[in-house]
Amino acid sequence: MQGHTEHAPVTTSSNTTGFVISLLLTLASFGMVASGNFSMSMTLSVIVVLAVLQVIAQMHFFLHLDSSPSQRWNVMILIYTLVIIALLVVGTLWIMYNTSIRMMPMMH
Amino acid sequence: MSATTLTHDHLHDAHHEEHHDGKENALFGFWIYLMTDCILFASLFATYAVLRHNYADAPTGKELFDLKYVFIETMFLLFSSFSNGFAMISLHKKDRFGTLKWLMLTALLGLGFVGMEVNEFAHLVMEGNGPDRSGFLSAFFGLVGTHGAHVSIGLIWMSVMMGQLYFKGITPAITSRILRLSLFWHFLDIIWIMVFTVVYLMGVL
Repeated sequence: MQGHTEHAPVTTSSNTTGFVISLLLTLASFGMVASGNFSMSMTLSVIVVLAVLQVIAQMHFFLHLDSSPSQRWNVMILIYTLVIIALLVVGTLWIMYNTSIRMMPMMH
Repeated sequence: MSATTLTHDHLHDAHHEEHHDGKENALFGFWIYLMTDCILFASLFATYAVLRHNYADAPTGKELFDLKYVFIETMFLLFSSFSNGFAMISLHKKDRFGTLKWLMLTALLGLGFVGMEVNEFAHLVMEGNGPDRSGFLSAFFGLVGTHGAHVSIGLIWMSVMMGQLYFKGITPAITSRILRLSLFWHFLDIIWIMVFTVVYLMGVL
C-alpha cells in the first residue's frame, strides 16, 4: 500500500480525454448504423468493437483502473466478474439456442 | 500515475493515517457491489439476447426505435459523466460550491436522460406496445427499465449528497460518500454503452 500519497489529483485532462474519446466512439457507432452504407455483418462487428473500446476508455479515464498496485484488487474482482459474465451469457445463449433448435416442429 | 476515483486517499493526506483502511475498504466494498450489479445486468442482457426476435406479431425494434432520440439520450448521460468528473476535481480542491455546482449540472443532465426515457416508455405503453405485448418488449423493458431505475436512484442519492454538502460542507465522511456516488454514476454510463449498442443499434440494423 506504499506510495498512495503520490497520486496526482483527478485531472481535467484525463477527464476531458475520456470524454472526447467516448464522444468520438459514440458518434462513429451511431453514424455507421445511421448511414446504412455497410453490410450487416460488418456493421455488427464494428459497433461491438467500438462499444468494447469505449468501455475500456471509460474504465481507464473515468474510473482510473490501471495496472498500478493500488488498483490490483479492483482489477482482480473485475476479471473474476468478467469470467462469471462470460459463463452466464455464453451458457444461456448456447442452451437456449439448442433448446430452440430441438423444439422446432418436424418439417415433414 | 493518473488519479483517481477509485483510489482517493490523497484527498485526505492529513487524515489518512487514521482513516485510510476504513475508507479504502468502503470503496472496495462498493466496487464489489458494482461488480455484482454487472452480473445482474449480464443476466438481463442474456435474457434480451434470447428473446429479441420473439415479436409475437408486435412491432420490431426497427419500427419502434428512433436513433436520433437515443443519441440525444446517450449525450445526456455522457455529458453528465463528464460533468461528474469536474465535480470530483472540485471536491479534490475542497471547493464546496464548485462541487455543488458541478453536481447540480450532473443531476440536471441525468434528469434529462431519465425524462427522455420515461417519455419513450410512456409512448410505447400508450401505443399498446408495453412489456406485456411480446417477449421482445418484456426483455426490452426489463433491461432498459432496470438501467433507468439505477439512474433514478443515483439522482436521489445525488440530491441527498448536494444537501449534505450544502449544509455540512466537505467532511471526510461526505467526501467518501461522494466518491462512491461518482463510481456508481460512471458505472451506469458504462452499462449504457452496452445498452445502446446491443438494444438500440443492433435493434435497428
